[in-house]
Amino acid sequence: MSENAGGPPPFSATRRRLLQGMAALPALGLLPSAARADAPPTSVVNTTGLAVTDDTVTVGILHSVTGTMAISETGSVEAEKLAIDQINAQGGVLGRKIKYVQEDGASDWPTFAEKARKLLVQDKCAAVFGCWTSASRKAVLPVFEQYNGMLYYPTFYEGLEQSKNVIYTGQEATQQILAGLDWVTREKGAKTFYLLGSDYIWPRTSNKIARKHIENHMKGTRVVGEDYFPLGHTQFNSVINKMKLVKPDVIYAIIVGGSNVAFYKQLKAAGVDLNKQTLMTISVTEDEILGIGGENIAGAYACMKYFQSLKNPNNEKFVPAFKKMWGEKSVIGDVTQAAYLGPWLWLLTAEKANSFDIDKIAAASPGVEFKGAPEGYVRIHENHHLWSRTRVGRARTDGQYDVIYETADLMEPNPFPVGYQ
Amino acid sequence: MLMGYSFADLGAIFAMQGFAGLVLFSVFLLMALGLAIIFGQMGVINMAHGEFMILGAYVTFIVSKLFATFLPAAFAVYFFLAIVLAFFASAALGMVVEWLLIRHLYRRPLDTLLATWGLSLILQQVYRSIFGAREVGVELPSWMMGSLHLSESIEIPINGLIVMAITTLITIGVYYLIFRAPWGRQVRAVMQNRTMAGAVGIDAGRVDRLTFALGCGIAGAAGSAFTMIGSTSPTAGQLYIVDTFLVVVFGGAQSLIGTIASAFTISQARSTMEFFLSGSMAQVVVLLLVVGILMLRPQGLFVLKLRR
Repeated sequence: MSENAGGPPPFSATRRRLLQGMAALPALGLLPSAARADAPPTSVVNTTGLAVTDDTVTVGILHSVTGTMAISETGSVEAEKLAIDQINAQGGVLGRKIKYVQEDGASDWPTFAEKARKLLVQDKCAAVFGCWTSASRKAVLPVFEQYNGMLYYPTFYEGLEQSKNVIYTGQEATQQILAGLDWVTREKGAKTFYLLGSDYIWPRTSNKIARKHIENHMKGTRVVGEDYFPLGHTQFNSVINKMKLVKPDVIYAIIVGGSNVAFYKQLKAAGVDLNKQTLMTISVTEDEILGIGGENIAGAYACMKYFQSLKNPNNEKFVPAFKKMWGEKSVIGDVTQAAYLGPWLWLLTAEKANSFDIDKIAAASPGVEFKGAPEGYVRIHENHHLWSRTRVGRARTDGQYDVIYETADLMEPNPFPVGYQ
Repeated sequence: MLMGYSFADLGAIFAMQGFAGLVLFSVFLLMALGLAIIFGQMGVINMAHGEFMILGAYVTFIVSKLFATFLPAAFAVYFFLAIVLAFFASAALGMVVEWLLIRHLYRRPLDTLLATWGLSLILQQVYRSIFGAREVGVELPSWMMGSLHLSESIEIPINGLIVMAITTLITIGVYYLIFRAPWGRQVRAVMQNRTMAGAVGIDAGRVDRLTFALGCGIAGAAGSAFTMIGSTSPTAGQLYIVDTFLVVVFGGAQSLIGTIASAFTISQARSTMEFFLSGSMAQVVVLLLVVGILMLRPQGLFVLKLRR
C-alpha cells in the first residue's frame, strides 16, 4: 500500500514501533482516522526532515492580518483554524495533532515571500495554508518550488498557473465564469453584456475569458462595453451614465475591495434598480456585502461555487460550527469555505499517501475526494485544481444569497483554456 | 461612441454627466479643504489626512448604530447629528496630535511628512483593532439613497445633492472664518510672519492648534459625508489621499481659491474623460496633464504673494 511497507526497516525505528506501524498499515484507508489507535512511526511518514514528531505535525498559516488585504483574508484564517481544530478533535493527521505557526503577510508581497521562506526553512512546515491575492501567490510560488513546500491556496483566481507545490482549492476563471454566462443567457435571454473590472490581472483575465465566451461560444450575444478602474477607485458616476446610454442586458462586474462599496452605492443612488437591470458579479461574496450593505446590492446575481445559505447536510454542520467559534455575526463567503477545504484535503491526501513527504503528497493529491465539503463534494484534478459545482446566487437585503441555480455536473478545472486566451 | 442614439437620450446623458462632474467637484473640494488649510496655512504635510476622514466615517457608523437601537424613530435624520459629531471628534483628535507631535516639527516640514505617515499607520491599526479589519456597512436612511426622477431618463442622485450642499456650506464657513472673522486674521498673520505676529500679542501656538484642529475637523466631516458614496474600512482613507494632495498641490498650496479652481478643473477633466475613455486611462491622462501644467507652473494655479 505504501512503498515503505515493503522496504527495509529504517534505522531509527525501534522494534516495537516498527511492529506497530506495520500492524497499522493494512488498516489504513479502511478505517476513519479517528478509529486508528496507533500512528505510523515518524521515520516512515517523514523521510525529508519536516517538523513531524511522534504526536504532532506542524503546518503554517500565511495570510495578511494587517494592511489592506486583512479585510478579505481574515475569513480564510478563521476557516483554516476551524478545520485544524476539528481535525485535531477527531484524532489529527496520521495519529498526530496539528500544530500551526501563523505568519502575517501584511498585505505586502515581498513579506509573503520572506514569511513563506521562514515557514519552510525554519519551521519545516509540512503544509502551508495561505495567500489570497494572485500577487501574493506569485510572490511565494518560487519559494515553495525551491524549498519543496506544499501550499493550499483558497481564492478563486484567473488560472494560467499550475504547480506541483500548490493545491488550488478555489475555482479557476473558466469554472466560475462560463456556467454563469450560459445561465444568464438561457434564463434571462441576455444578448448584450457590459464588462467592468478593477484594473489588475484577475478581472482583466476573467473578462477576457468572458468576452471570448460571449463572442465565440454563445449565439447572438455580444459585448457592448468594457471598462477598468484603478484599485480603490471611488467614483463611478461616469461609467454608470455610460451604461445608462448603452443599456446592456447584463452588467458583468468584477470590481474588488473598497471600490465595490462605492460602485453599488452609486449604482443605487443613480436609480439603477437591480431587480430590473440584470447585474452579474463574480467578486462579491457575503463578506463584501457586509461593507456594501445588503440593501444596496439586493437583486444582483453572483456566480461562484459556495454560498452560506447552501442547503446540504455538510453545510448545515459547517455554518453553526463556524459561528460558534468566530461569533454569531460572522459571515462565510466563497473563499472562506475554500480555505476550510485546505486542511481537510491535506489530511485526506496524507492518509492516502501514508506520508507527510511533499513529493508523495503532491503525487497522491489527484483523485483525492472530500465528501464532507460544505459546498458538497470536491475532488482534486490531475492539475491540482478542484472539480466543483458552480452556482448562481441572488443577493437578498439581509446580505445573504438565495441559491437559484447549480450546475448538474462538477465543472472540470481548466487553468489553461484553449480558445480563451 | 455617440452614434446611433436619439437626441433625447444624448441630452439626458449630457445633463446627468454634467451633474456627475459637479458631484465629483464637490467630493474633491471636500476632501481637499481640510488639507489645504493644514498644508497651506501651516506648511504641515499631513499624510494622516485620510485617517482623519475615516474617523469621521466611523463616528457616523457608531451614531447610525446608536440611532437604530435607541431612537429608530429619528433614524431618518441621524446623519445630520453624525456629521457634526464627526467634525468634533476629528477636530479633538487633531488637537491632541498637534500637541503631542506636530508642534515639535514646525520648522521641519519633511519630518512632518514622515511623522504623519507613521501616525496614519498607527491610526489604521487602531481602527482595525477596534472595528475589525473588514469594512463596516454604514446604513443610511433610505431617502438619502434614492434619486430624483426629473424625466424619463434624467435621474439625479440625492446623495450627490447632499454632498454638494455640505461642500457649499463648509466652503462658505471656511471662507468666513479665514477671511472675515477676527480669528482668521490671526491665522493669516501667523502664516505670514510668525515672529511679528507673536510680537503684537497673538498666541501663535494656540492659533496653530486650532488651525490644525479645524483642518482635521473638516476632514472628519468629509469622511462622514463620504459614507454615502464610498466604503468605511481601516484603510479606506488611503483611497482619497492621492487625489487630495493632487488637488491641493495643483491649486497652489496657500490659496483656497486655488484649491477650488483646481478641484473644479481636475474633476471636470476626469469626469469627461472617464465617459469617453476607460477609467484607468482617464486617470493616466489627467495625471499627465497635471504633471505637465506643474512643470510650467511649479507653484500651482494660484499663489499668494508672501514676505518670506
